[in-house]
Amino acid sequence: MAETRNAVELRNVVKRFGEFTAVQRMNLTVPDNSFVTFLGPSGCGKTTTLRMIAGLTDITDGDLLIRDKRVNALPIHKRNLGLVFQSYALFPHKTIFDNIAFGLKYRKIPRSMIGEKVKRALDLVQLPNVGDRYPNQLSGGQQQRIALARAIVIEPDVLLLDEPLSALDANLREEMRVELKRIQRELGIATVFVTHDQSEALAMSDKLVVMNNGMIEQEGAPEDVYNNPVSAFVADFLGHSNIIAGELDGPDQEYMPVHLSSGETLLTTRQQAGRVARVEGSKSVRAVIRAEKIDLSTENIPQDGMVALPGRIKTVDYLGQTARYFVTVNGRDWQVINPINAHPHAEGADVFMNIAARNCVILPGHAD
Amino acid sequence: MTGWSWIRIATILVYLFLFAPVAVVILLAFNANQFGSFPIQGFSLRWFEALYHNDAIVRAFKTSLLLGVLTSAISTTLGTLAALAMVRYDFPGKRTVSSLLVAPILIPEVVLAVALLLFLQFLSLPKSFFLLLMGHVVFTLPFVVLVVQARLVSIRRDVEEAAMSLGATPIQTFFEITLPLMLPAVMAGMLFSFTISFDDITGTLFWKPGGIETVPTQIFAMLRNSISPEINALGAVMVIFTVALPLLGTAIARRMSAAKMKSAKT
Ligand SMILES: Nc1ncnc2c1ncn2[C@@H]1O[C@H](COP(=O)(O)OP(=O)(O)OP(=O)(O)O)[C@@H](O)[C@H]1O
Ligand SMILES: [Mg+2]
Repeated sequence: MAETRNAVELRNVVKRFGEFTAVQRMNLTVPDNSFVTFLGPSGCGKTTTLRMIAGLTDITDGDLLIRDKRVNALPIHKRNLGLVFQSYALFPHKTIFDNIAFGLKYRKIPRSMIGEKVKRALDLVQLPNVGDRYPNQLSGGQQQRIALARAIVIEPDVLLLDEPLSALDANLREEMRVELKRIQRELGIATVFVTHDQSEALAMSDKLVVMNNGMIEQEGAPEDVYNNPVSAFVADFLGHSNIIAGELDGPDQEYMPVHLSSGETLLTTRQQAGRVARVEGSKSVRAVIRAEKIDLSTENIPQDGMVALPGRIKTVDYLGQTARYFVTVNGRDWQVINPINAHPHAEGADVFMNIAARNCVILPGHAD
Repeated sequence: MTGWSWIRIATILVYLFLFAPVAVVILLAFNANQFGSFPIQGFSLRWFEALYHNDAIVRAFKTSLLLGVLTSAISTTLGTLAALAMVRYDFPGKRTVSSLLVAPILIPEVVLAVALLLFLQFLSLPKSFFLLLMGHVVFTLPFVVLVVQARLVSIRRDVEEAAMSLGATPIQTFFEITLPLMLPAVMAGMLFSFTISFDDITGTLFWKPGGIETVPTQIFAMLRNSISPEINALGAVMVIFTVALPLLGTAIARRMSAAKMKSAKT
């Protein structure tokens, strides 16, 4: 079997706009056939990185490799990439057929084959009968499918998608997300997907790259990044977390106590504690507990490796299948997201927050 | 009476004041009477016929046409390229160049005319048709630049980027994508510059070499002698050229895009 290669590789890539550094020494690989997502707040450099891969923005420093070839100076039209924008960017004066056939014209593909390939691409995006129409005669979702068809029909080395779903409404977005993933699997095209929607990122990616301030904060499989954030930024950005300073205490054992600055004591696991063991001298840490990893109960049922903190519900946000609570414990508000069985807990109710040791993620105490 | 009816009446009066003289000229052009004035005594095309047989006028007409067509060709080419540079590229001094390009609109034409004339004298160049043409290019250019620029701004850059990502070189992208999308503006610029050149008089009076007359300068010269009904006929022809031509142009453009849509639907 062929070894997995990298479709794209960034080595120490830097991008400066004048004095401003938009991307700082980035190292990243996009393995063959994989779906890689850039996730991060607005302005963190996602688009800039994508445009450098595309060849639309030049690289200030470092190397960019596509299929193991250095392409720093290769102009975009020689890179063989599929590009999809948030704005669709279809050619308004050409029919759908001509839009999709556009890239094929520059690839010395015989005329007879072009019709065949366009038809297959249209079938793939499930719009077989729109070839004769113009872009403005299609809905937004349909236009985005055509943009996708136009990008994949040329069999690109990499598919680059910059927030392709952001212009669509919620339902359509969901549907397109499934569709996009299906097509990507079917064709096995290495894909880089930019988004600032975390549910999109978690659902679709083989590899999730969380960016902040032009740097990669963390990369890895989505569950991994989600369950084991390496920084407060990631913990906070992905989902909702309670981040509280504390002291790691006691001997090295399976469950280790963490004394929080607010007075309560939680348990964490040896494995979690091990992640900060390398930080010398100090035992001050930050405990990260995800809002949806806290179980609310009305009674205290003691369990091994579990701590129950008594608190009072301050507010309840009804979110459909889940509810978000703010629970006050010793004057501090904790955020908790729980599924609703029958009825959500009521405002003002006394509850116990059950927190398992393995869900108490430990980060080094000093600032990032 | 309400305020609105006053506004309505005022508007009608303003338009009457603007267009009545034009209507009068066109009406009188068909008047059979010897002295181009009211009352109208029967319909006749004799003044148009007289025009056709008046060598000076026919010559002036040909000069104007040639001048208009050349001006519009040069201005449209230069103006489109300038607009592209302004919208798509960054270069030092862009803002200065941009304001210089449109300056001729803001400067009174007489000033521009005298300035160019003095400049020619400074270079000790004689007046010639070529210089007249250059003069017309200078003050029609801003219109083309402005019209094309406005259109170009609305053509999203990512459409061009998509074309290049699909393998089109920048030049192929220009001809396949950018040019077709900005064509309506280029055509509009072309019509503008033709019309402006065709009925310009101020600059032309200053710049034209001896012996060359355009239609406006010819009318001007004729008016100094007498008000011949031929002038009415000539006026009517001018109106047709400067009003009907652009209207026809836009109508054709609309028809073309409508036809395209129709063929797309079938
Ligand atoms: N051409 C440019 N000149 C100067 N600064 C730029 C340029 N393009 C981007 N930047 C800056 O680089 C930073 C990263 O921009 P980028 O567009 O990559 O952000 P992003 O992560 O895609 O954000 P968003 O989620 O809002 O799209 C921003 O601070 C932006 O202001
Ligand atoms: Mg962006």
